[in-house]
Amino acid sequence: MKDAFGLPQSLLVLGGTSEIALATARRLVARRTRTVWLAGRPSPALEEAAAGLRALGAEVRTTAFDALDPESHEAVLGKVFAEGDLDMVLLAFGVLGDQARDEREPLKAVRVAQTNYTGAVSAALFSAAALQSQGHGSLVVLSSVAGERARRANFIYGSSKAGLDTFTQGLGDALHGTGVHVMVVRPGFVRTRMTAGLDEAPLATTPEAVATAIELGLRRRSETVWVPGALRVVMSALRHAPRALFRRLPL
Amino acid sequence: MPAETVSVTGWGRTAPTNALVIRPRTYDEAAAAVRGCGARGGIPRGLGRAYGDAAQNAGGAVLDMTGLDRIHAIDADQGVVSCDAGVSLHRLMEVLLPLGWFVPVTPGTRQVTVGGAIGADIHGKNHHVSGSFSRHVLSLELLTADGEVRTVGSGTPLFDATTGGMGLTGVILTATLRLLPVETSLMTVDTERARDLDDLMARLSAGDDRYRYSVAWIDLLARGAATGRAVLTRGDHAPREALRRGTRAWREPLAFRPGRLPAPPALFPEGLLSRRTVGWFNEFWYRSAPRARTGELQRLSAFFHPLDGMPHWNRIYGRGGFVQYQFVVGHGREETLRRIVRRVCAHRCPSFLAVLKRFGEADPGWLSFPVPGWTLALDVPAGLPGLAALLDALDEDVAAAGGRVYLAKDSRLRPELLAAMYPRAAEFRALRQEADPRGVFVSDLARRLGL
Repeated sequence: MKDAFGLPQSLLVLGGTSEIALATARRLVARRTRTVWLAGRPSPALEEAAAGLRALGAEVRTTAFDALDPESHEAVLGKVFAEGDLDMVLLAFGVLGDQARDEREPLKAVRVAQTNYTGAVSAALFSAAALQSQGHGSLVVLSSVAGERARRANFIYGSSKAGLDTFTQGLGDALHGTGVHVMVVRPGFVRTRMTAGLDEAPLATTPEAVATAIELGLRRRSETVWVPGALRVVMSALRHAPRALFRRLPL
Repeated sequence: MPAETVSVTGWGRTAPTNALVIRPRTYDEAAAAVRGCGARGGIPRGLGRAYGDAAQNAGGAVLDMTGLDRIHAIDADQGVVSCDAGVSLHRLMEVLLPLGWFVPVTPGTRQVTVGGAIGADIHGKNHHVSGSFSRHVLSLELLTADGEVRTVGSGTPLFDATTGGMGLTGVILTATLRLLPVETSLMTVDTERARDLDDLMARLSAGDDRYRYSVAWIDLLARGAATGRAVLTRGDHAPREALRRGTRAWREPLAFRPGRLPAPPALFPEGLLSRRTVGWFNEFWYRSAPRARTGELQRLSAFFHPLDGMPHWNRIYGRGGFVQYQFVVGHGREETLRRIVRRVCAHRCPSFLAVLKRFGEADPGWLSFPVPGWTLALDVPAGLPGLAALLDALDEDVAAAGGRVYLAKDSRLRPELLAAMYPRAAEFRALRQEADPRGVFVSDLARRLGL
């Protein structure tokens, strides 16, 4: 059960090797979390992540999960939820793709969309149903500021996150009053493996900062969290910039 | 019977979860509700004054017992009442005071049910004299997991597991209580100020024996030499001869007319209780209290239940809710108490309802909170930065001193500390395992702490 500060005792991470997710898990394990499930494609990295959390004192289990195989989601999530209540599900999987290559090879672009959007839709819906039947829990979804407005430089990734973001907001409204809390997290540029080698955007942040913001959001039962918070204002301005101007901006 | 799925929280309004709230109106309906509990079980609930998640049951059933509120029999000669568990102490006072009887133990609010009072084994300002609520319960009827009703007498293991058992041994249907005779509905109150914590503890230790009721309000925002300054109020029920002849009170010595203010709005602005505003309030409260005054006549409601004058006062903490932290440490552990007061002061917790009291002898309830020693209770807005870590650190200190925190108020204890604080928790678990193998009775508190 979550305590008065919204801190969960059990956590399921979908996308168990995500650096943001692991930074969040480390932070929560330092507080109240004792049971962690890491779901992801079986790999040494996943086991390594599990070992890292075990070293902090959590009981960690891994389970095979593939965002690109929605048919398997019900079985995988059903198995995890059958083991006991989950206070929090962190939906953290996603791929950035390579904009230039994906424009040339549309099937690669489709994979980005399928992972970030379709896969997340199915995983989020199955998780939401399970949380609803236990009458409590938080579903935290990692979106991105890239979904706020499509940019020339990464509109394939951005559009997939836009879909995920809109979907999650709707899901949050659908679950309002069911005891399940849905939170959209919109980080800006986060320094991780996924963004290694890319030019850093202004207001760049770290996985640890995102984890801190998530912990605060849990306590406040926030519906939307921007990291850093200043991005809310910046993106609001950008969203209203005229197309002709927005196109010319060096973003 | 009426049933709907709604979001449920405790009085602190933190950690809401959804449950099917069922309101049985007969014992048969209550038994049917218990038998019909699904895989996620059920938990009885009274007036929802437990601060944390004790009367919540995510995804399961919550039995709202306030529909069972009949008073069955009053023995006005012997001072014994038997009533349904859903009867509030407020109702009991309305009925019993005109007959010259008072509830044996009352907490800081009348808005609790008899069932809740037993389940949390509540205490009042008279704990050092009268012990906790369960000491005055002669017997009770318990609806157990199999849907049967058992009469449980004081002194049996099931009785001691149920008093303080947070509703996890079954649903209390009725109880028979021993009452306290009173001549009037007024209190004679002595008030004095203590300039710091040591002065306060000295005054409480020296004078408590002379009073039936004793409590100290303590200013946790005062710093430096004034750390722990407090206002002590102690008293007893006023005898008839204390009333002035010919006054209204003298003509109707047992009248019970508590006043009420309007409730604050449902959406109270957050952050109004800041360090500054609470600091001002505390300063005013301390300064306006007399340095020493004896024999003042106060209405019973003003002495025991000042907050009941404002319905829904918990709304003043805003949407984020608040945490109440109450612990007890034994006599001889004054150093721990001092250290905790210093830490809370150093953190500048905007707490305007901090209360210090000396407990008397413990009662046998396995999970009953009071043990002889010092108990401090404070309210803090849940959104105060660093509060979770501060309270965790205080828990460690309390546990190391052999103390404990109060489960009826808890909403955040680290489960690992439960066994140290409640040595009989294992026995409690074993009894539940045997009496309730399907796990029919379960609450969010039980899930969170592994009770």
